[in-house]
Amino acid sequence: MSKCEQDMPTEQKVKFYQTGTFTVGNRLLDEEFRTVQATQERSNSIDSGHRACQGCGQALGARYALDAAMRATDNHIIAANATGCLEVFTTPYPETAWSIPWIHSLFGNAAAVVSGIAARLKAEGDTQTRVVAQGGDGGTTDIGLGCLSGMFDRNDDVLYICYDNGGYMNTGVQRSSATPGGARTATTMPVGEHPGSSFNTGKFLPSIAMAHEIPYVATASVHDLHDLERKVEKAMSFRGSRYIHINVPCPLGWGSEPALTIKLARMGVECGLVPLFEAESGELTASTKIRYQIPVEDYLKLQRRFSHVLKPANSDELEAIRALAQKNIRRFNLR
Amino acid sequence: MLHQISGSIAVAKAIALCRPQVIPCYPITPQTHIVEHLSTLVKSGQLQNCAYENVDSEFSSMSFCIGASAAGARTYTATASQGLLYMMEAVYNASGLALPIVMTLGNRSIGAPINIWNDHSDAMSARDAGWIQLFVESNQQAVDVHIQAFKLAEALSLPVMVNMDGFILTHAITRVDMPDQQQVDEFLPPFVPRQQLDTAAPLSIGAMVGPDAFTEVRYLAHHKQKEALSIIEQQAEEFAEIFGRDSGGLVKSYDAEEAELVIVTMGSVVGTLQELVAELRAQGQSVGILSLRSFRPFPALAICRLLQNAKQLIVFEKSFAVGMGGILASEVHMAVQSHKLQIHSVIGGLGGRTISKKSLHRMIEQAFNGTLAAEVFLDLDEATVEAELQRQQDDQTSGPAAENILRDMGVVSASKTH
Amino acid sequence: MSKQQKPFAITLDVGSSHLNKTGSWRTMRPVYVDRLPPCNKACPSGENIQGWLSLTEEKKYRQAWELLTRDNPFPAIMGRVCYHPCESICNRGQLDLPVGINSVERFIGEQGLIHNWQFTAGQDSGKKVMIIGAGPAGLAAAYHLRCFGHQVTIFEAAEKPGGMLRYGIPKYRLPREKLRAEIYRIERMGVEIKLCHAVTDIDKTRDEGGFDAVLLCVGAQHSHMIEFDGEATIPVLDALKVLRDTEEERPNQLIGRVLVYGGGNSAMDVARTAIRMGAQDVTVISRNEAANMSAHPFEIQEAIEEGAEIRNLRSIRAINGNEITLELLKSSEIEQVGKPKTVKTGNYETLQADIVVLAIGQLLDEQLFQHTEVRLENQRLSIDDKMQTSQAGIFAAGDAVPSPRSVTHALGTGKKAARAIHAWLNQQVYQPAPQNEVASFDKMEPWYYSDALRTVQPHLDSIRRKNGFAEVVGDLDCEHGTYEARRCMSCGNCFECDNCYGICPDNAITKLGVGKGFEFKYDYCKGCGMCEAECPCGAITMLAEDI
Repeated sequence: MSKCEQDMPTEQKVKFYQTGTFTVGNRLLDEEFRTVQATQERSNSIDSGHRACQGCGQALGARYALDAAMRATDNHIIAANATGCLEVFTTPYPETAWSIPWIHSLFGNAAAVVSGIAARLKAEGDTQTRVVAQGGDGGTTDIGLGCLSGMFDRNDDVLYICYDNGGYMNTGVQRSSATPGGARTATTMPVGEHPGSSFNTGKFLPSIAMAHEIPYVATASVHDLHDLERKVEKAMSFRGSRYIHINVPCPLGWGSEPALTIKLARMGVECGLVPLFEAESGELTASTKIRYQIPVEDYLKLQRRFSHVLKPANSDELEAIRALAQKNIRRFNLR
Repeated sequence: MLHQISGSIAVAKAIALCRPQVIPCYPITPQTHIVEHLSTLVKSGQLQNCAYENVDSEFSSMSFCIGASAAGARTYTATASQGLLYMMEAVYNASGLALPIVMTLGNRSIGAPINIWNDHSDAMSARDAGWIQLFVESNQQAVDVHIQAFKLAEALSLPVMVNMDGFILTHAITRVDMPDQQQVDEFLPPFVPRQQLDTAAPLSIGAMVGPDAFTEVRYLAHHKQKEALSIIEQQAEEFAEIFGRDSGGLVKSYDAEEAELVIVTMGSVVGTLQELVAELRAQGQSVGILSLRSFRPFPALAICRLLQNAKQLIVFEKSFAVGMGGILASEVHMAVQSHKLQIHSVIGGLGGRTISKKSLHRMIEQAFNGTLAAEVFLDLDEATVEAELQRQQDDQTSGPAAENILRDMGVVSASKTH
Repeated sequence: MSKQQKPFAITLDVGSSHLNKTGSWRTMRPVYVDRLPPCNKACPSGENIQGWLSLTEEKKYRQAWELLTRDNPFPAIMGRVCYHPCESICNRGQLDLPVGINSVERFIGEQGLIHNWQFTAGQDSGKKVMIIGAGPAGLAAAYHLRCFGHQVTIFEAAEKPGGMLRYGIPKYRLPREKLRAEIYRIERMGVEIKLCHAVTDIDKTRDEGGFDAVLLCVGAQHSHMIEFDGEATIPVLDALKVLRDTEEERPNQLIGRVLVYGGGNSAMDVARTAIRMGAQDVTVISRNEAANMSAHPFEIQEAIEEGAEIRNLRSIRAINGNEITLELLKSSEIEQVGKPKTVKTGNYETLQADIVVLAIGQLLDEQLFQHTEVRLENQRLSIDDKMQTSQAGIFAAGDAVPSPRSVTHALGTGKKAARAIHAWLNQQVYQPAPQNEVASFDKMEPWYYSDALRTVQPHLDSIRRKNGFAEVVGDLDCEHGTYEARRCMSCGNCFECDNCYGICPDNAITKLGVGKGFEFKYDYCKGCGMCEAECPCGAITMLAEDI
């Protein structure tokens, strides 16, 4: 059974939604089963006039996630934001692009700030209003990990969303602990014996979140909106800490064409480097299968940050990236 | 109602009377008893509609406060020393975001060398953080000033840090007149936030501000602290009306107006000085005390008004800026520069060293007989310092000074020979 | 909470970013376009295939039928007999398998018959047109001319209307009740068909009838014949005659060992008819390799299934008595008309037959034009791009004019001739609508279409096929017809999937509502090009801004 079939209610199954099943909308689908983004009434949590680069994956991922959370809560969402691109491009004085109550405090404290908001709601007995924290990969996997781990430990009623673009893009593309091995950044240049970012043992935050045994952990990608929205809505059906890790291509940091943002997100998933899965209380419960598997090279060659990896002299790096894709496919049961 | 009670428990009870809604805490000596007692009050149900959270660090703790306060909660936490430093980024942020958080600082030194005892180094590290910083002389004041702190914070939409000396106050069991709930409720109305994360009226808090408006934001913060000068005084009067006690305010004079020699200081040392000065005045000496209860905003005018007759000042403080000297001294100096006063900066009580009445007496005598230097470290062990300086001169690789000093004193065995 | 109380600069009111018009960043501008779907482009009768598939997807069968019949009045017929070049070029073929357009067309045609949907003639124009030939071209032209409001009379030499549809296509491919029903529908529009009425003098017939224009749809009714060496004692017949005899239920002599000479669709029709008539065995001799036979693969496939033997790379050299001498051929390097030219090998084989049927092409009957100004060229009527012959007011369409000879092309030329006549009658010059750029596969993003296997139409078992003329291929039911239509990818034309609207990182697209499409908000569009890249069907293009 294909993925779309699983997601469709029984009476909508099999025969009737071939035309653009994976598109944002589908005129043949019942309204209630279309994505939030397909609706004219969507909340546009981040609205026009923001200053994200052309083709910003994060601007898209954030609107997708927040709008889905808004629908799931009947528009009762408060969001906190770590310092980073998303914060900078949405709220330069005197203009904010957010249409929801939103706070930015610091780089490393979004999880704690949002826990504070949740604590106030708890003290008030307000069970309707829900909170979402957002950070980039640096703000989440590096500087913000302490606060985030604390939030997981307390099982505060928070959805934390990490928009992973694989580096500190706002400060000019430096390496974070989420930068993929081999990738060029301003602090891991393609020079020396092992060009690009080191292949460390890894700091894959979804696994770290799972180790906290919080109610729900999921990974998502901006190329598959149905999958992403379903995960956000599912996350909102739980109480306690929830974590969603969204892969968001960054044309600036990746050296890719702005128009290819969604294509790259898709290719990342289809080559196995970006596994999409869900876990509940620490246990893997579902994987989104790869639809058309592609070689990692097809994905890498569209990004200048990997251009050196494709040179014959750096075949070790390419081999290591291939191996990671294979490991993901095995480990997360992606086929 | 009178209680024989430790400073920490008294403060915890006072906080509870203020009906806080969110209290995130992370333990650090000497603040622990305050947060322990609050946790019990919440967990036992004695303090209702309040979320007490054990967080993972002081940085988280203040960040938690920021979120809670922005969401409209009356928010409290407590810390000290290293904890304050660890939360410092969020400390600045809380004031920048204009959030009326109240925090107790159980004043303690800052390492290295690690030291758990009292001085004011931690408070001074936050002097430019944009918070209102109040100091208390006694546990009664600690109780009273915390109650005023919430009202002040919420009136200004600014965070307030109440400084009480670690151990000397926090751990001291003294007689405290605990207010009742009705009095506190009369004085402190429910919190009405100036800005609030609210789904019914969304707004964005924490924008990025560039050169076009940053100066104005900073100037407005400065202006707000200046407004606080009169509000602090007003609220101290209101407090006195309801509770029948003089507590708080900007400064407190102990015969400073008529004295030729005035000792300017902050915190619990005022208690020791009061006793000594009373004795000296009985002996006919013209000496008084000026206690700063508000350090931020700095009450420069109030200080000047009280020093009309003074000829000499001793600024006594439990902290200093290494490489510069007394911090309070330099600020007082600036405040009274038109007065043509002789000013002595005396640093004492660092890292919990006892401030003896005898040493203070000697300091005052020296001031009167003209032998008190401009910069004095009270009870400095000059022999030890000399020896270490000599050793350093002899051997450029003599190792960490602290270890050498302790070795000289015989505290650690001399495993390393030179 | 009043505005004044909020902290200055650090706390902002929502909606304020709208003041920042990020459209000024743009160097490229996205615009919505309509591209020509390959199926529409390939359709010889110019159907808006994508359009009626789209309506079928929405289960709007009546509207689909109306749109389809705007170009082709015979959906139930063409859904059976069209060789569907649309499917060969369908972009879906590059993903899995082409959309079964022909089967959906038939499904829609059946809906029209079941519900008795009818055409309406246009308002009377007062003009009269005569058409010679009630074959597909003539009938199609009659339909279109009636739609324009002209009076139409068709002169048909045969006893029944339909031309090649009736006399060239066996019943098992086109049941006669379907043919009758769809022709009758055209007659009901007010088209007069004069049967058994062979026109011998065009000018005279026109003048006597007071016709304003003439359309020649006379077809190519004469089989191409060859004289073979030797003394044959068995009949050597032509395919058209055999098929016509079969249709008219006359003895067609297809008994014993039948040898069919030719590799085209007529050859297959004869072979399969022979099988159904109870022939002992049927052998098809083709000069070409199997892959290069001009018959459609499914026709060959079905003929083989039914028991026909096909011998490729052979030509008949001589017929002596009942013995046929075949010369073996081989493919050469030289290309001729798109396939390798075959050359003789000097090797021979023989076989015996009781009848030989030649199915090697058809010719025009030139006699009719001897006393007219209508000219011929390469054995076809010479026409201009307005379908007019060399004699003013006389137009031509169908197999008689230069075109690939298929029913679908006949419909297409009939439609085009009708439009040209309509223009001519109004003293205008027919201008075909300009065609948009073709929606090629590389402009699409096929990931968004889920896997959907092509629906297989039910087929009659081969055993049952041999015993009679029952229709081989069955209908799709509603569910499957709709399903198959939904495999259409809507190449080059917005199908309101909301992708552009959903994926714009700048919310720079307005969704106008169902059926109204979308609009770019150029105040905010930064020109990233994601909408173009992710439009599944390629209905957006990027144009350079003047900077």
